[in-house]
Amino acid sequence: MILWLLIIIPFLAAPLAWWTARRSQLLTVWIALCAFIIDGLLSVIVWLWYRVPSDPTPQQWILDSHTPWIPQWGIDLHLGLDGISFVLIVLTNVLGLVAVVSSWKEIRERQGFYYFNLLLVMSGVIGVFLALDLFLFFLFWEVMLLPMYLIVAVWGHENRRYASFKFFLFTQAGSLVLLVAIATLALLHQDATGTPSFDYHDLLELSISPSSAWWLMLAFFVGFGVKLPVVPLHTWLPDTHTEAPTGGSVILAGLLLKTGAYGLLRFAIPLFPEAAQAFAPVAMALGVIGVLYGAALAFAQTDYKRLVAYSSISHLGFALIGIFAMNKLALQGAVMQLIAHGVSSAALFMLAGVLQDRLHTRDMRRMGGLWASVPRLASITLFFAVASLGLPGLANFIGEFLVLFGSFGAHPWLTASAATGMIAAAIYSLALIQRTFHGPLAVDRQLPDLSGTPLAVLISMMIILVWLGWYPMVLFSATEPTLEFLHHLEPSMPNMPNGDLSALTLQPPPHASAQ
Amino acid sequence: MLTTHALILAMVLFCLGLVGLLMRRNIIYMLLSVEIMLNAASLAFIAAGARWNQADGQIMYLLILTLAAAEVSVALGIVLQISSRFQTLDADALSEMKG
Amino acid sequence: MNTLQLLWLIPALPLAGYLVLLILGKRLSHRQISWIGTGSVGAAAVVTGLVASDFIPQLSHRTSYRQVLWTWINTSGLTAEVAWHLDALSLLMLLVVTGIGFLIHLYSTGYMSGDDGYRRFFAYMNLFVAAMVTLVLADNLLLFYVGWEGVGLCSYLLIGFWYRNPENGAAAQKAFIVTRIGDTALAIGLFVIYSYLGTLSMHEASLRAADTWPVGSTLVTAVAALLLFGALGKSAQLPLHVWLPDAMAGPTPVSALIHAATMVTAGVYLIARMHGIFALAPAVQFAVAVIGVLTLLLAAVNALMQRDIKRVLAYSTISQIGYMFLALGVGAWSAALFHFLTHACFKALLFLAAGSVILSLHHEQDMLRMGGLRRSLPLTFWTFLIGAAALSGVPFITSGFYSKDWILWSVWSSPFSHHWLWIGGLIGTMLTGLYSFRMVFMVFFGEQRIKPGPEAGPAVSIPLVLLALLAMTVGFLELPRTLGDVPLFSHYLTHTLPNQASAPEMDAGEEVRTQVTAGFMAVLGIGLAFVSFFPGTVRSGRSALLSWHYNVAELWLREWGFDQAYDRLFVRPWLSFTSTTGDAIDRVYQGFVEAISMAHEHIVRTQTGLVRWYAATLAVGALVLLGFVIGWQPR
Repeated sequence: MILWLLIIIPFLAAPLAWWTARRSQLLTVWIALCAFIIDGLLSVIVWLWYRVPSDPTPQQWILDSHTPWIPQWGIDLHLGLDGISFVLIVLTNVLGLVAVVSSWKEIRERQGFYYFNLLLVMSGVIGVFLALDLFLFFLFWEVMLLPMYLIVAVWGHENRRYASFKFFLFTQAGSLVLLVAIATLALLHQDATGTPSFDYHDLLELSISPSSAWWLMLAFFVGFGVKLPVVPLHTWLPDTHTEAPTGGSVILAGLLLKTGAYGLLRFAIPLFPEAAQAFAPVAMALGVIGVLYGAALAFAQTDYKRLVAYSSISHLGFALIGIFAMNKLALQGAVMQLIAHGVSSAALFMLAGVLQDRLHTRDMRRMGGLWASVPRLASITLFFAVASLGLPGLANFIGEFLVLFGSFGAHPWLTASAATGMIAAAIYSLALIQRTFHGPLAVDRQLPDLSGTPLAVLISMMIILVWLGWYPMVLFSATEPTLEFLHHLEPSMPNMPNGDLSALTLQPPPHASAQ
Repeated sequence: MLTTHALILAMVLFCLGLVGLLMRRNIIYMLLSVEIMLNAASLAFIAAGARWNQADGQIMYLLILTLAAAEVSVALGIVLQISSRFQTLDADALSEMKG
Repeated sequence: MNTLQLLWLIPALPLAGYLVLLILGKRLSHRQISWIGTGSVGAAAVVTGLVASDFIPQLSHRTSYRQVLWTWINTSGLTAEVAWHLDALSLLMLLVVTGIGFLIHLYSTGYMSGDDGYRRFFAYMNLFVAAMVTLVLADNLLLFYVGWEGVGLCSYLLIGFWYRNPENGAAAQKAFIVTRIGDTALAIGLFVIYSYLGTLSMHEASLRAADTWPVGSTLVTAVAALLLFGALGKSAQLPLHVWLPDAMAGPTPVSALIHAATMVTAGVYLIARMHGIFALAPAVQFAVAVIGVLTLLLAAVNALMQRDIKRVLAYSTISQIGYMFLALGVGAWSAALFHFLTHACFKALLFLAAGSVILSLHHEQDMLRMGGLRRSLPLTFWTFLIGAAALSGVPFITSGFYSKDWILWSVWSSPFSHHWLWIGGLIGTMLTGLYSFRMVFMVFFGEQRIKPGPEAGPAVSIPLVLLALLAMTVGFLELPRTLGDVPLFSHYLTHTLPNQASAPEMDAGEEVRTQVTAGFMAVLGIGLAFVSFFPGTVRSGRSALLSWHYNVAELWLREWGFDQAYDRLFVRPWLSFTSTTGDAIDRVYQGFVEAISMAHEHIVRTQTGLVRWYAATLAVGALVLLGFVIGWQPR
């Protein structure tokens, strides 16, 4: 039941926030803040309480909550918490706080309704990270979509109608594919056992013919790939991120993209391991294309937020590579990349909001030379820009490098070409700094520097990145059992180097045979 | 024979109603035409019911009767609204829904 | 108490300095900033000294000391600790980084005083020292990479320190991106090492490589080539050297510390550290030597053609690092590091003295506008002269002579070498003398063109004097067997690096002959400089400069056209690709949308808004359906 509490807290806070907005808008904001703080603390307490740290073979599921709901269709209220869910839920609540803080000044109209939507999205996201029943999962998947659409459509910038429609169409099309695949899976279960089931564990044990597994895996890939986004399906992202209000961009980049990666990790690969294995080279190639294509386009942008949006595509390309490398190290890297990108891109969007608040523009051609007038803002932006270019010592570096380390053995050429993305990342990140804070002064009036709550929030995000960069074990130990489980699912370990390089080796690498 | 005649009558009535609907521009007359078409349909039902000795035709007639009454009340309400808002009852003048 | 346990303080102190400067920020006074910025590095230097005094006597029975701070990554077979590895090689680097680093920090308190970004400057400099120490002390390749990129970041920040000028920003970005190309190659090298050797420890990797890969096998060659490419970027060697001359946009102390003494030699350190792998790939090792020789020649010619005094020094740095690569390439590990040591002293000295000139001329860097500064800036003149003499390798009295002579002798005697390499090195010696003294003559002799301000205070002069002393004396740490035979330095490094491979049958007479040749070439260069550039012998430097054959001079003035070529090959295609295409994939979806809206244009005409039209279509539709049903029936 405690797991339900995690979902219900923001879900109940949503109407409460709406209702109180008429009396006191301050109270509304505080309700939203408290909901995230309580929820975050609760998740940590649950984690610390139920985990048995001394267990030599740690279990994957820390907590499991199972109640029948619609038994004739095999639909249950089934939630489960494991390491990956846990870290993502913590991230959700942290970014929830960030979103509230960055909306504080920006959202002036219909505040109550805004926070209602915000809290509802969060409740959906947490539900997505917890659900172990595919029907329930899909329900939460839709719950997080609609309020997000409203956030963009109502509080967005100039071009919000176009952007929100695009967002809605793309994600809804992806959802549709997903729904068909989920329903088919349940029916396949009925064919095999006589009763339909949407339960994750039931479906894991279901044996599916290779051809249907292939198509279903593809459907899952497309459904989740729209959210991630995988490159040919990405074009909703730059528009939506750019037009969304700051809080919306924070949630979109920080969390909604992560649900796509989470879906791949939790469902697409474990449910169809053989098909995923066969598809892996294609997926990884798409990841590489995403890394390079996103980076090249990021450089081309003149709009600050569009630049960051394209850089997200580039970074999540690494996550995609890591997920399909089918290797524990790369998976660890991918999870780290999700967290690190969540924090760093959220911070960059928040900084975009701060800049826009001061300059009333996002166009970098009208910025420049701002370092002297807003040194704190500039140096914090610099920090997150170099974090996003993968500076060693910060969490993004650990993520990217572990992905590359893990996938190199099986796919050396793909990995090497993904590594060139590091050069492109340097190019666009430095261009961001150069265009905004360096160069001749473009704005002659005095601008207020960062201070107060936003400063504190940004500094804590910096601390998170440094902490994870120098002590990533805190994350790895949490996700280890789950990834161990995923690792055992693989039909065959592709750790033996193959491809062109293998012809050159005279003997297999010593550690590969140990596994 | 009776059935045939009745059906022919129904058809003629229906066509009259349809032609009226298409030709008339006044909404009131168009409503009248629709009523005629409904009654033509009812007549066909009754004739068919008589032909097969089944009560269904009469049941359907009652249903259509109720429906027509409901329809007329709603439609007249709309007509009143239209005439007060647009000062006209010409259906062709009311093309706000043009795509 | 064991002073070796203080090792962690050496990176921690500058880092703490950085953090204090960053966090306390505006509350600090100018004086406090100087104390924190300089003091943290000074304290690190003191700790280094303590560690050295404790560690060097122990070298005979233990060659390395390892300090593990915490487990950084330990998952799924990848293990990396945050751990320091101290041995003779890293201690040498540490001494240079903290010692010369401290002197340059001290100098900066004079040079940078009055700048708006005084605090920012010292913060970045401290961060740089911390990163450089991390690089040097790293126990595994991943931590090494942290330092490697960290120094790159600081270099970027400091080159673009005066950010208002877009040119500085461009130079900073160029430096970072060009070195990042090398870094990426290095990263791929790390992936190969981890994938095939299963370790990231530098020591372990070399051992396992020797067990796993036969000499000259493709993989080890690939790894060595990747590491080399990384080193080329950082050390500004041939294909990737273009960033260093532009990097002179930064303040002069930065050029002295980062772009002369320490960071740019990181590539040398990398190759020396991973010598086990390079030894397995003779082809790559030979390539190191060839690249070294080509770089030293090309860069020396470029140095000859520059007008900007700092650009001359930049090219001279590239050229001198070329000597180090040449030495590494022929397996003379210790000679390379000896040249690193002497070069760090005299090049830092030259930069600082040049900085003193620039400061007193109110930031004028064009040598054609200098001249006659000998009288007004005596201390600067003498120290600069010592630096230039050491750089040219004036025989017997300067450190540069001993290190360069050792390299040339190694090249001559090494079995991995070729005589052409030696001849290249010799020509380089001559060119070095030529451009060094061209600088001296153009700056300090002749008529005075700008009236200089006063020579700067003790903060500037103390480091100059100390470095001048070092530049003269540090060479005596290693005297060849023909001149006193003091093998202190090579003996010290044998605890970490293998003895250099030399053909033992070469006798002392042959060594004397090569030494005489080298010394003669250096003096010849200086003589040529006197003939060509000394005011009075010719009218001015400019006419001498133009008296070279015009077309060649043109190419040389354009610095061999590397920048233009890269511009055409990489920069412009990239710019045109990114600026013209837009998101091509989005256009597919746009086309889809347009097709639908075009269909919409046609279909929408049916919606006339006329109720009677709808009724008619309804009727027609019903008729069609009816007809269809009836027509279907007979079948």
